[in-house]
Amino acid sequence: MKLELLGVSKSFGERVALADATLDETGFRTLAVIGPSGGGKTTLLRLLAGLDVPDSGKIVINGEELPKDEERLHLYRKSIGTVFQAYNLFPHLTALENILLPLTKVQRLAEAAARETAFSLLERFGLLPQAGSRPAELSGGEQQRVAIVRAIAIRPRFLLFDEPTSALDPEMTAEVLELIEELRSEGRDLIIVTHNIGFAGKVADRCIFMAQNRLVETGSLPDIFREPGTPLLSAFLRKVLKY
Amino acid sequence: MPYKGAKPVTPFEIAFSWGIVLFLLAAVFTFAFSNIEYGWHWNAIAGYRDKFLKGWVMTLALSGASLVMSLLIGFGTALARRSAILPLRYAAALYVEIMRGTPLLVQIMLFFYVIADAFGVENRYLVGTLILSLFSGAYVSEMIRSGIESISSSQLDSCRAVGLSRIQTYRHVIVPQMMRQILPPLSGQFASIIKDSSLLSVIAVNEFTLSAQEINSYTYSTLESYIPLALGYLILTLPISLFSRSLERRFRYET
Repeated sequence: MKLELLGVSKSFGERVALADATLDETGFRTLAVIGPSGGGKTTLLRLLAGLDVPDSGKIVINGEELPKDEERLHLYRKSIGTVFQAYNLFPHLTALENILLPLTKVQRLAEAAARETAFSLLERFGLLPQAGSRPAELSGGEQQRVAIVRAIAIRPRFLLFDEPTSALDPEMTAEVLELIEELRSEGRDLIIVTHNIGFAGKVADRCIFMAQNRLVETGSLPDIFREPGTPLLSAFLRKVLKY
Repeated sequence: MPYKGAKPVTPFEIAFSWGIVLFLLAAVFTFAFSNIEYGWHWNAIAGYRDKFLKGWVMTLALSGASLVMSLLIGFGTALARRSAILPLRYAAALYVEIMRGTPLLVQIMLFFYVIADAFGVENRYLVGTLILSLFSGAYVSEMIRSGIESISSSQLDSCRAVGLSRIQTYRHVIVPQMMRQILPPLSGQFASIIKDSSLLSVIAVNEFTLSAQEINSYTYSTLESYIPLALGYLILTLPISLFSRSLERRFRYET
């Protein structure tokens, strides 16, 4: 996978959320975005997901520039998978219906084909018993796993995760991370915003460190962990690796 | 709502409690009516049964049509109030405030004798239904608006992320959740419409209340005319309220 950022900036009113981000990463499978809260990670992910549009600069993914008009952005979003921190699922639909809705209404699959896809994925990830349950009846970990299944059911070009486990307790975190790990070993392209440094180190081949609404450092994970090039990163690593 | 773990209420307890309530109610009314020493003439109104029934059916028809129309008006107004087009948004806000802030009686008079007259609409049943729908639509739009706004922005993000269009988002995500939420207040609104429709008697729409008024003036039997009127309205509003509660139970899910 290939990700290029050229002077990408985004502000919300007076508040600068992302300042002049430039990046050229080629040939990664899994890219981890790490850094302290409020450092611009989620802003970057929302731009990559086509949910927000940068004020200036451009984003090029796999050689294709992200559009800025809503109509073409909509087409772009249909082709990728995005999983948020929490509350991904529609509360009035069962796990199965949550997966079927984008398949039948957005991807225009026939009902039978959509059901087949949904059931085979639910079975593969051990979620078959939960197929008929509403989100409120599922644990947080199960909800996230269903959300991930919903995202991959459409055969996305790549997957984006925005802190997929930060709302979960350790046990549920483990089950969600195992699933993401499995997706990686299938050879899917992933971009993951995460607080979980250990997990990032395990799955990601490339890593972006963001702080103070800037891209501070990029590199392969072992490298930047061993030899942080900036005081910001070494301070961050000291803090998170302490416990 | 009984809290979880509360002892279930036995059928006997239910029957007994209702017995007490109804007995007390009956006692109060018996005492009150015995005090006025009223000479009952139920025979006098017996011949007007058909007229009662016709009025009752007319009230039901007017209210039903108004409910459907006020839902459409309410939904349109709620969308207009969220619109990016400012004049549309302000017009919707003004409409809601005017309809909610003025008496229905004045609206009926003004609309029927001035506006409808100017536009050459003479059918008082049509005008009556229209006024009632406009009046109720203002309330319904506020219910719908709060229903729409109760849907979290993270859900709307999810809708965009999976690629639902705006219309699909409304159709598959917002409206189904909103309907569950507004059903209880909406059925209360239907009961209100049924009662409010009685005011249409002032423009001589032949509904239930006007029938009772006319029967009263033919027979001079005031209570005999108006007690069936009260019961007739209760027959409509009571099942609505029970129905809404059963729907509420069926639709309940935690968020």
